[in-house]
Amino acid sequence: MRSILIISRKEFRDDLRNRWTIAVAVLFAVLALSISYFGGAAAGKIGFTSFDATLASLTTLAAFVVPLIGLLIAYDMVVGEQDNGTLLLVLSYPISRAELVAGKFLGHCGALTAATLAGFGLAVVIIQVMQPEARTADAWLHMGNFVLSVSVLGASFVALASVISVMTGDKARAAGLALVTWLVTVILFDLCLLAVLVVSGGSRWEQSVFPYLLYLNPIDVFRLINLSTLGSGSGNELFMGMTATHIYRPWELYLAMSLWVAVPFGLAQFLFRRKEV
Amino acid sequence: MTNAIDIASLGKRYKGVAALAGVCASVPMGRVIGLLGHNGAGKSTLIKLILGLIKPTSGQVTVLGESPWGQNAVSLRRRIGYLPESVAFYGNLTGSEVIRYLAGLKRAPQQQAGRLLERVGLGHAKDRRISTYSKGMKQRLGLAQALLASPELVVLDEPTAGLDPQATRELYEIVGELRAEGHSVLVSSHVLAELEPHIDSALILRQGELLAAGSIGDLRRQSGLPGIVMVQLKGSSDPAEFVRKLDALGLVHEVRHDGQFNLQIAEGGKLALLQQLASDSAIDDIVVKEASLARLYDYLGAGAKRPGEQSPCAAS
Repeated sequence: MRSILIISRKEFRDDLRNRWTIAVAVLFAVLALSISYFGGAAAGKIGFTSFDATLASLTTLAAFVVPLIGLLIAYDMVVGEQDNGTLLLVLSYPISRAELVAGKFLGHCGALTAATLAGFGLAVVIIQVMQPEARTADAWLHMGNFVLSVSVLGASFVALASVISVMTGDKARAAGLALVTWLVTVILFDLCLLAVLVVSGGSRWEQSVFPYLLYLNPIDVFRLINLSTLGSGSGNELFMGMTATHIYRPWELYLAMSLWVAVPFGLAQFLFRRKEV
Repeated sequence: MTNAIDIASLGKRYKGVAALAGVCASVPMGRVIGLLGHNGAGKSTLIKLILGLIKPTSGQVTVLGESPWGQNAVSLRRRIGYLPESVAFYGNLTGSEVIRYLAGLKRAPQQQAGRLLERVGLGHAKDRRISTYSKGMKQRLGLAQALLASPELVVLDEPTAGLDPQATRELYEIVGELRAEGHSVLVSSHVLAELEPHIDSALILRQGELLAAGSIGDLRRQSGLPGIVMVQLKGSSDPAEFVRKLDALGLVHEVRHDGQFNLQIAEGGKLALLQQLASDSAIDDIVVKEASLARLYDYLGAGAKRPGEQSPCAAS
């Protein structure tokens, strides 16, 4: 347990030192503020508009950016040390392989969560100050839900990155695989779902199966968590329309999200235990 | 007292290629043991097996009375210090940050981390980033971390590769101190000549098999390799006359390009021969060379495998 803490603290500090954490926090804050300020520009008005509409846009945005960041900060956590030549040294220390992966995983998740809290937190405070009518309990609840789900989404992609990191032999391959993972989860998966929708044409079979297909991608689960609480009318009619026939319970969605963290994490542990160094 | 390391018919195969086969050896406590062999002889594989970083395909290793991949593997690793071949560290951290991090992982006191940096002569550079360190400084840092938590067994894999003579000497001084403190040390190297004065005994590997094991004296006796007396004649004396004298005594000799004679010492005949030579007025200078580890190594045929050889495991 102590070793896990020591390792995660080092990874967390490395992320801080490499300016990853601060860059991500600034990115989130700037994106959140500009979306909330300029989000209504198409409708001819500039300035802070509906808080829920801002969250909906942020959800779409985070669904693209957070997986990429999660993969980028963590893809080299084991293979990077192997390339560097430090892995052999660390493994000769009195720590188990499970502790090494767990420590690194927790350190990167911590850094990502800190960046999320700092970035979006700052943005929310500014929005709340500038826009008195957004100071409602609901707004805070939705924001809390959003930040929590972003953190879990980040953790899930850090876990996927750790699988990539232990199964590849060199850093370049791991980087390639991380990008492929991002492409598949962010773009290709949803394209395939759309294709299924078009081909099946709304048959009964499709209506009963389709809602569950969304569980197969953590990003879609993340979207569901946020958009289903915001409800329709927030500019998400397309996505909500696809799932209108099914009611998702929040705890089911969070359970699915947690599985998307736990299963890749377990897989990474399993693969690393069998890895030859 | 148990041995520091016991190795029993140990074998390791990588994708069908044997990196080690049927190695049997033991390393007593409190000794400095050299692990010798050419590149690819299986030195690093053997070290990884001893550290429990990989599992053997056959055979057994017992380190400090425990199995390196058994239940107590984690606590066993606290009692072992390891300097990997061409050690690397986190370039973005400073020397003192790295050693403190590693001390935490090994549950060694933080003050010891600072003391060890001083001991290996890195006190002045402890607040510089590792990326600015020279090869020798990294190697010193590697030695410092290997001594964290005062391990009973210290394993040094090619510790002097890329070091200048001064740094090499300092490294072996520390190895000597470790022996004096009662640590067991396993040093691998292919620079045999520099290793010889510092080790108590040697394990010689060749193509994954243990070729010979024992103290330098044992190895010398095993090989029956003669010592050599190098003789320089006076400018005024006649070499042909000297050769006749040698032939009369039945001495095996060769003449070097600079006119120096190399005489082989027959077993037990060293002092008699030296007396004879010392009284010879034709001789200007005499140098005695015992069979060195490097010559032993060549003699034992570390380069190529001869067919039909028996492995030392089966012999013992």
